[in-house]
Amino acid sequence: MSDPRSGGLISEIEWRKPGIRWGLRSAQVLLLVGLVVIGIGPILWLAKSAITPTIDTISHPIAFFPHGTAWSNVRQAWSDVHVGRYFWNTIVTVSGSWAVQIVVATTGGFALSVLRPRYAPIIKGLLLVTLFIPAIVLLVPLYIEIVQLPIVHKSLIDSYWAVWLPAGASAFNVILVTRFFDSLPREIFEAAEIDGAGPLQLFWRIVLPMSKPILGVVSIFALLASWKDFLWPLLVLTNPNKQPLSVRLPSIESQTSLGVFLAAMFIACIIPIAGFLLFQRSFLRGTGLSGAIKG
Amino acid sequence: MTTVDQPREPALPSQRGPSRSHAAPRRTPLTWIRRGGLAAFLFLLPLLVVFGAFSWYPIVRTVIMSLQQTNFVQEPTWVGFQNFSFVWHDPLFPVAVRNTAYFALLALVFGYPIPLIAAVLMSEVRGRRGLYSVVAYLPVVIPPVVAVLLWKTFYDASANGVFNTFLGWVGLGPYPWLQSQHWAMPSLVLESTWANAGATMIIYLAALTTVNPELYEAASVDGARLLRKVWHITLPQIRGVLLVTLILQIIGTAQVFLEPYLFTSGGPANATLTVMLLIYDYAFGNSLGGDYGAATALSLMLAGFLAVFSLVYLRATRSWSTR
Repeated sequence: MSDPRSGGLISEIEWRKPGIRWGLRSAQVLLLVGLVVIGIGPILWLAKSAITPTIDTISHPIAFFPHGTAWSNVRQAWSDVHVGRYFWNTIVTVSGSWAVQIVVATTGGFALSVLRPRYAPIIKGLLLVTLFIPAIVLLVPLYIEIVQLPIVHKSLIDSYWAVWLPAGASAFNVILVTRFFDSLPREIFEAAEIDGAGPLQLFWRIVLPMSKPILGVVSIFALLASWKDFLWPLLVLTNPNKQPLSVRLPSIESQTSLGVFLAAMFIACIIPIAGFLLFQRSFLRGTGLSGAIKG
Repeated sequence: MTTVDQPREPALPSQRGPSRSHAAPRRTPLTWIRRGGLAAFLFLLPLLVVFGAFSWYPIVRTVIMSLQQTNFVQEPTWVGFQNFSFVWHDPLFPVAVRNTAYFALLALVFGYPIPLIAAVLMSEVRGRRGLYSVVAYLPVVIPPVVAVLLWKTFYDASANGVFNTFLGWVGLGPYPWLQSQHWAMPSLVLESTWANAGATMIIYLAALTTVNPELYEAASVDGARLLRKVWHITLPQIRGVLLVTLILQIIGTAQVFLEPYLFTSGGPANATLTVMLLIYDYAFGNSLGGDYGAATALSLMLAGFLAVFSLVYLRATRSWSTR
């Protein structure tokens, strides 16, 4: 029997051969060292340089604090360059986009999977179509639409709704949630119906509490995607006081010293890194799952 | 794809009434409401509004805009295929297409085999496999703007730049990196691979765990050596995922924007001008007002090319991807 913890590629007999075992072990250690140097190295360098005086980072980028630290970089970035405000703007854009995505995906998924109106297949088909349309096609007409909203004839430029609402149109989320709802046992819904539960109670009391795993996955990808977003908020939020940190970083680069700029960049990474380390299981499982769905 | 709808049992709300064939003759708005039609519609409303306004309508509008001259002052005018012919005859168009193809090709060379090899090695780790995954995935959660601007610092062309310092230790350089027409694009691809390879690795790793270990045992009994097992069992067993990540990576890299925009703004001498950057320049690059017609025409050309390419690709690999 092969070791259940391994992928099973290497049989026990092979594992007992010293040549194979040591060859594989050294390849794996090399891989880990390579991953650490390449994967974490740049981030550690950023953390180091964020608290190093600019002059040292410019003249000796690899040296480890040759002339002490400069925590003032972080303070200057937070208050003088207004990273504090931009950071708050990021929180606002990200949480709004998340909320819209969750509302659209859960209510839509519930209707398509549990209530199943007669026209549900048409809507599912339209959702699938959008999944195959590259995002680039939407960019310009979506921008025009935000500048001149049809019917109401209002401009959403510089309103956070311009970021929040389009974020909700993620067919991937809806399909993921719909499939999960499809897998819930229908007997439970029927029992609840017999007990007199209407669609709203069914949704709120039964389906949502059973869907925590999938809501976690959707939330993680929604939060990460909007934290990483750049081009769209750059286009629709033109007022610097409303722009999130990611959009401001290129201008911060030209406004301040290298040390302060690197501190600002590090601040922009802290929350995603901390979130990933806390919820690494969901991140990794979700990524594997997304690969399976796209397949 | 695996999302084809199976015919289903009758929907829940309709099960309330007596059997369908007898009770269906008269459908009035009232029976529709009583049977839950209104509730279903209300639950669908957020989806319909958001997708209608910010997905379906803009898709249709792209097609219309590509045939029009649009600005915010006058009513749009129909111009037929003029926008397409303008883009086609723009001297920057072939440059952008060539650069995008070059980026996609380099990204495949760098970013396709390495995650696969790493994932196969990782799948055989006994014990702390989670540690490998966490380290590999960490760059994926870094905001791309930060990744690009950080690597821009690394690519500093002076002898004191981070990469040039390292290379100086072994007597190489200093290299101009982003300032050289020749090296700018590979520099962009290197950063993009760093930022994205972790996700591919995790997808491969998940696929590798689905390979039935009995296949390996059977091969071992037949005396197959390690590399033969990788070649004859591992790769064929995960070929579906391999084929899909390949096409998804090509579709993604064909729309590369952030790297050329932030690293080089398309320079030096248009060496990193990509299709997406050209679309951006048409629409938003001119402060006097964008050429939205040309931008939508080019984005439709790119989308059309990708659609045809994907179809041909799926056709060509179909016999290979299914048993």
